[in-house]
Amino acid sequence: MFFRKKEADAAPSVAPGAGTAGTVPVSMTVNGRAVSADIDPRTLLVQFIRENQRLTGTHVGCDTSQCGACVVHLDGRAAKSCTVLAATCDGAKITTIEGLAKDGKLHPMQEAFREHHGLQCGYCTPGMIMAAVDIVNRKGGNIDEATIRHELEGNICRCTGYHNIVAAIRAGAAAMGGMRQAAE
Amino acid sequence: MSATGIGAPVRRKEDQRFITGKGQYTDDINRAGQAYAVFVRSPHAHATIKRIDTQAAAKSPGCLAVYTGADIAADKVGGLICGWMIHSKDGSPMKAGAHPVLAQGKVRYVGDHVAVVIGETLAQARDAAERVTVDYEALPAVVDVATAQSAGQAQIHAEAPGNTVYQWHLGDKAAVEAAFGNAKHVTKIDLVNNRLIPNAIEPRAAIGEYDPGQDSLTLHTTSQNPHVARLVLAAFIGLAPEHKLRVIAPDVGGGFGSKIFIYAEEVVCLWAARKIGRPVKWTGDRTEAFLADAHGRDHVTTAELALDGEGKILALRVKTKANLGSYLSTFASSVPTYLYAPLLSGQYNIPAIYCEVDGVYTNTAPVDAYRGAGRPEATFVVERLMEVAARQTGRDPAEFRRKNFVTSFPHATPVIMTYDAGDYEASMRKALELADYAGLPARKAESAKKGMKRGIGFSAYIEACGIAPSQAVGSLGAGVGLWESAEVRVNPTGSVEVLTGSHSHGQGHETTFAQLVSQRLGIPIDQVTVVHGDTDKVQFGMGTYGSRSGAVGMSAIFKAADKVIVKAKKVAGFVLEVPEESVDFKDGIFSSTATNKTLTFPEVALQAYIAHKFSGAQLEPGLKEGAFFDPTNFTFPSGVHICELEIDPETGTTRIDRWTAVDDFGTLVNPMIVEGQVHGGVAQGVGQAMLEGAVYDRNGQLITASFMDYTMPRAGDLPSIKIAMTSTPCPSNPLGIKGCGEAGAIAAPPAVINAITDALGHEDIAMPATPLAVWRAAQKSPTKMAAE
Repeated sequence: MFFRKKEADAAPSVAPGAGTAGTVPVSMTVNGRAVSADIDPRTLLVQFIRENQRLTGTHVGCDTSQCGACVVHLDGRAAKSCTVLAATCDGAKITTIEGLAKDGKLHPMQEAFREHHGLQCGYCTPGMIMAAVDIVNRKGGNIDEATIRHELEGNICRCTGYHNIVAAIRAGAAAMGGMRQAAE
Repeated sequence: MSATGIGAPVRRKEDQRFITGKGQYTDDINRAGQAYAVFVRSPHAHATIKRIDTQAAAKSPGCLAVYTGADIAADKVGGLICGWMIHSKDGSPMKAGAHPVLAQGKVRYVGDHVAVVIGETLAQARDAAERVTVDYEALPAVVDVATAQSAGQAQIHAEAPGNTVYQWHLGDKAAVEAAFGNAKHVTKIDLVNNRLIPNAIEPRAAIGEYDPGQDSLTLHTTSQNPHVARLVLAAFIGLAPEHKLRVIAPDVGGGFGSKIFIYAEEVVCLWAARKIGRPVKWTGDRTEAFLADAHGRDHVTTAELALDGEGKILALRVKTKANLGSYLSTFASSVPTYLYAPLLSGQYNIPAIYCEVDGVYTNTAPVDAYRGAGRPEATFVVERLMEVAARQTGRDPAEFRRKNFVTSFPHATPVIMTYDAGDYEASMRKALELADYAGLPARKAESAKKGMKRGIGFSAYIEACGIAPSQAVGSLGAGVGLWESAEVRVNPTGSVEVLTGSHSHGQGHETTFAQLVSQRLGIPIDQVTVVHGDTDKVQFGMGTYGSRSGAVGMSAIFKAADKVIVKAKKVAGFVLEVPEESVDFKDGIFSSTATNKTLTFPEVALQAYIAHKFSGAQLEPGLKEGAFFDPTNFTFPSGVHICELEIDPETGTTRIDRWTAVDDFGTLVNPMIVEGQVHGGVAQGVGQAMLEGAVYDRNGQLITASFMDYTMPRAGDLPSIKIAMTSTPCPSNPLGIKGCGEAGAIAAPPAVINAITDALGHEDIAMPATPLAVWRAAQKSPTKMAAE
């Protein structure tokens, strides 16, 4: 049987989707930390991250996978966590905005967003930064404005008009490229 | 200019938490024992509720409560209010129907609140909400603003016959008619200002809490003005007196006007929290935001401009029908009246103006302020008229504008505004230069070679911001004053907390306000913390909208900081043992001609608190001052935006090739942030002009109710923006700030449409000029224009 039957109130940690009869066990690595829980099978990855793991940097802006506020890295690739069931992520490696800075040092893309005023209200920002890192991972550090604008199709910002987001991603991409070269 | 003072592009203090995922938005907050609210909303635009069956829902697992309008009525919870009284031209007060928080027997738009279900978990609340059965008797829906007042249309509120809330006017009708009688040329246009959905990326959310020990309520909410929310919830809705109600607006993910208003969900969460004795949380989803957040714009207008033979404007006549939606939202009545018609003079000398506005109910979501609020609508009227009139009379659009610019200040318009400062010619000159206007013919020829149509469009906008002088708005019907408050609290070690009634939801106040205080008090910027958004911390404030936080909010801080300096000088006088009058304060150092000793600001702060150098009879200890600032006039930011674009007539695709913005915002506190505001405003204006439009079908169903159906501007839709500034400081506030938050959204739509119509060679296109609309328009042959 797919569902391991459990009493709802016996679950050690309960996502907001939980509470009906069946729960399902799930284990994954979130920002380098192994976590596991018994969850309502309806629990979305974003709910698991926000409510179960209490990592609230990942946001929900539309719940139809249009706005990109919920972008995280799922096994190294950008994914819209509002449209992924947590139960399908068993064994996966998840990185959220909280896991991007290493050893107290901001990721170059985070630095670039601050330096270039690539954010205003901050709500779309975690998704933007996670998407931006993914763009650079796929396209390399030397990307032009047109490519960045095209690649941002799945991330909506209502505040900035994207002008400074584009500038931030160009700078962040260059810095990431530089870091990679230095490491090689 | 210091590295962090006024005028410096200081990187934002708030960004550290936002880029690391540590922001605290309302939905990030969970309260112990919290339950979840889900609203049952009307699927009909207009219907009578025959019966609501909540039994099955109540028995649903995890369901804690189901409440309907009957429960709200039984508890005598007041309805939502509209805070601006408009009088019709016959002198009668506007005719407003009731706005209950849960429907009282009738629903008036799709998304109207019928019942609320409270569940242990969100999923359980949703499941239970699906089990609420409502018997509706559908009524004919009124959707189109142009015909809503016609005979035979359904009546939405009994209080408003003909669905007419008011028939308002401004200006001198007789003078305008006389001027039109003498005109050599009249330009007449019909315009639709398309309906927009604000779509801040953070959906609205609320958590209501009741503390039985204190008999007090706390509301966490996504608000641009938590104190105004508390005032309305206390004084009109009657949930608790102000001193027993705390409203907290933590990090707020964009507002653009839509989070000014007091909404049903906030009321219900607070009320239900007391009823069930547990915190109640509601987080809107995007569909709810589309359906039930207040929308913007939605005007149908006829406008005429009268010219003499030399191209001088003689008069302007405007008739507008404004869609107010199904209920009057918090400031709905003021937007198409006093935030609209007083801007119809634009940057121009217009001797006579007359404007009539009908405010109209329809079975659509409430319509209220959205970025620019009334001023984009006015600017669209004026700047489309200017462009069309220039074309019709064979004049260069820039020259025609120049010929009619206001050039001396103060300038009293015929529509109640007195422009205090500006240099419209300077902005125009700079914009023409930056846009390489001289090179346009060559670029047009180049485009034509490729089979493309290139066009240029101007928008010389003005706005009334820094909202607002309280006495003035009071005389026009506002229910509140629009001053701002601030408190500067100096700690004994010299660090400072600045409490402000403004609210930041993207504007960067934690940085700009700290820049001001750091410069005034001569302390490092990291010694200043800005506190806002909590009615238990900040005594009162009017919040952030109408580009007011710099001009009004920072002026209050400026005043409070001045009072701190006055007090600190007294303290320094005692410590330095010199007369108070001899104490000078500059760059953080207290000095006196009477001694060669000096004191730093933190040293004086400490002395103010230990109070060893003066007696209680001589001076009060401590260093903390507050101030209220009420401006004596609106501010008048202005500028010229030029849009140049290229249309592919085969596909209707329009590509903005260059965007030039030259703005006069007076003093700039942080040019980096100001430019960001322009970028965002232009994006929303381009969105209105080319992409966005709320569409209801004839039954009142919103058919653009998701990001799949309503086109939000994406990065690929927008150009890079070239920005330059001119500056004539504002004389009505001590900092000379005019405000910058709405300029882009006000300037952009006519610039785009003027450019598209220039490219097409005719005027027949409406917003949004989507590829399909542009393609259709491109199939029509250009009007033979007088210029050719």
